Amino acid sequence: MDLSHPAIQRFRKSRFGKIGLCLTIALILLALLAPLLRPYNLAADQSYVTRLMAPSRDHWFGTDGLGRDLLTLVWYGIRTSLLISLASVGFGAIIGLVLGLVAGYFRGWLDTIVGWFTDILLAFPSILLAIVIVTVTSPSVQSVIIAVGIVQIPIYIRLTRSVVFSLREQEFVQAARALGATSLWIILRHILPASLSPLVVQATLSTGTATLEAAGLGFLGLGAQPPTPELGTMLADAFKGGYALSAPWTTVFPGLVITLMVLAFNLLGDGLRDALDTRS
Amino acid sequence: MWQYILKRLLGLVPVLLGITLAVFLLLRFIPGDPAIVLAGERATPDQIAALREQLGLNKPLLIQYFAFLGNLLQLNLGNSLISGIPVIDEIKTRWTATFELTIAAMLIAILFGIPAGVMAAVRKNRWLDQVLMAGSLLGVSIPVYWLGLLLVYLFAVTLNWLPPSGRIGIESGLNFQPITGFYVLDALLRLNLPVLGDVVSHLVLPALTLSTIPLAIVARITRSAMLDVLTQDYIRTAKAKGVPDRLVIFRHALKNALLPINTTIGLQFGTLLGGAILTETIFSWSGIGSWIYDGILARDYPVVQGGVVFIAVVFVVINLLVDLSYAWVDPRIQYR
Repeated sequence: MDLSHPAIQRFRKSRFGKIGLCLTIALILLALLAPLLRPYNLAADQSYVTRLMAPSRDHWFGTDGLGRDLLTLVWYGIRTSLLISLASVGFGAIIGLVLGLVAGYFRGWLDTIVGWFTDILLAFPSILLAIVIVTVTSPSVQSVIIAVGIVQIPIYIRLTRSVVFSLREQEFVQAARALGATSLWIILRHILPASLSPLVVQATLSTGTATLEAAGLGFLGLGAQPPTPELGTMLADAFKGGYALSAPWTTVFPGLVITLMVLAFNLLGDGLRDALDTRS
Repeated sequence: MWQYILKRLLGLVPVLLGITLAVFLLLRFIPGDPAIVLAGERATPDQIAALREQLGLNKPLLIQYFAFLGNLLQLNLGNSLISGIPVIDEIKTRWTATFELTIAAMLIAILFGIPAGVMAAVRKNRWLDQVLMAGSLLGVSIPVYWLGLLLVYLFAVTLNWLPPSGRIGIESGLNFQPITGFYVLDALLRLNLPVLGDVVSHLVLPALTLSTIPLAIVARITRSAMLDVLTQDYIRTAKAKGVPDRLVIFRHALKNALLPINTTIGLQFGTLLGGAILTETIFSWSGIGSWIYDGILARDYPVVQGGVVFIAVVFVVINLLVDLSYAWVDPRIQYR
């Protein structure tokens, strides 16, 4: 990696960006290390006697309504939430990128149909659309990934389409066309690489939004189903179990971690935007 | 101008058709048969078949869709499969609750977001700017449902200052006759100060919760729009002429920075309708959002169809109004 690259130099100047990068790396490491360093075994270590215990030396975050160690639950929850956010953004970005490239490059009726599809998806408030999709596919980690991913698609279509619109008239693209390059070659070799910077920025910022939406679905009982630990579902359990207010640690820690995750991606996204988008 | 409005209205038709088709198809793929849900576990196959016939669920999908569309045009959205109440009646009684909450949240976002953005821009790169922008970043990162729970814990449970849920207290509700369905407005119209205090106190926590994200976004957009405008020549000229800073900022700069702020506010208003689902669930707010959620859990097709189409249509119309309002905010814009 060329550390003297202007984009890396600009990123190094972004204080918020660096904090976001450190937080993101820490969260990913925590998620990866969960099975190795877990303080308790979620399946075995639960007891009615230890339910709703306040934070203590044995249970740093306290215990939940089933007597499980909340730190272990939150730790595994980070794993699930990260998996959902990254997979849904990947899913939405790839479909949006392909549709945006095709619509922007070929224009005509393809662009009209993709535009119509985009307008319809954008006509629904995102969480509402995600709720309906999860309900259709029945709640599970996979359906949350699909729902949150579908909600992201129109953002990437619009972004890619607008970038392709400006690129396809550039001289280097026209030169490639004059030399007899096929459309597929021009898209893959010339247009796609030039469109990636704004997409990377958008994908980072979208990961924060996806984390919020996925946890929101979990809070509504439409997220990962038991026994899979998920941060939004933990809040829902405390809320529906009636102990959210009498045992506040059951909501404080999962909520704090969701906020931290979203904040990390937003900070990183802002830093990347400053580094990659010279206009900003 | 009129030509442009007509063109935009015609452009809405395929989008609206797409919305109805998407909602209709999505809900037909929901696992579980509403006839079985309604008839109960002990129902015989004959009873279930009769119920399917009665609800029209055994007809081809296309026929069901056209029937749905025809009814929609006559504002007949069917009856709730669970309560039997016409969906349109439920929307009529509930939309005011959602709009009251949304408007209150938007007002908080505007009243605090714009001054915060202006202050951050004027004090660019100073500590106040850093604090405000860090706060706005936190605002877009915090889950509203979690914030709602924290606010309830602090202000309702610990301090006992505000009620934790609902739109109106039991005592006030018994003696109060709403006029428009907007309780704050109704209490004002009836000059009933005790009820006004009660409904406002019920509105504070959900509105604060719902306003977090738009407040943060309005502050960020205001800051960046103000920074753009503050570097313009006419601002420098105004300053050189000795115009006081306050006048330069509010009369010259803010007025010209309003276009992106106006767009953001309009778009956020639509997004708030979606966010209302989570907020209404936490605060037992009897609006459209919590009603749709209950409908989804109960597989109440007409309720979900009607509710989702209503919100999507309102969302699209608000976006259109935002587009049209550009000329009002910035007369230099010409419609084509």
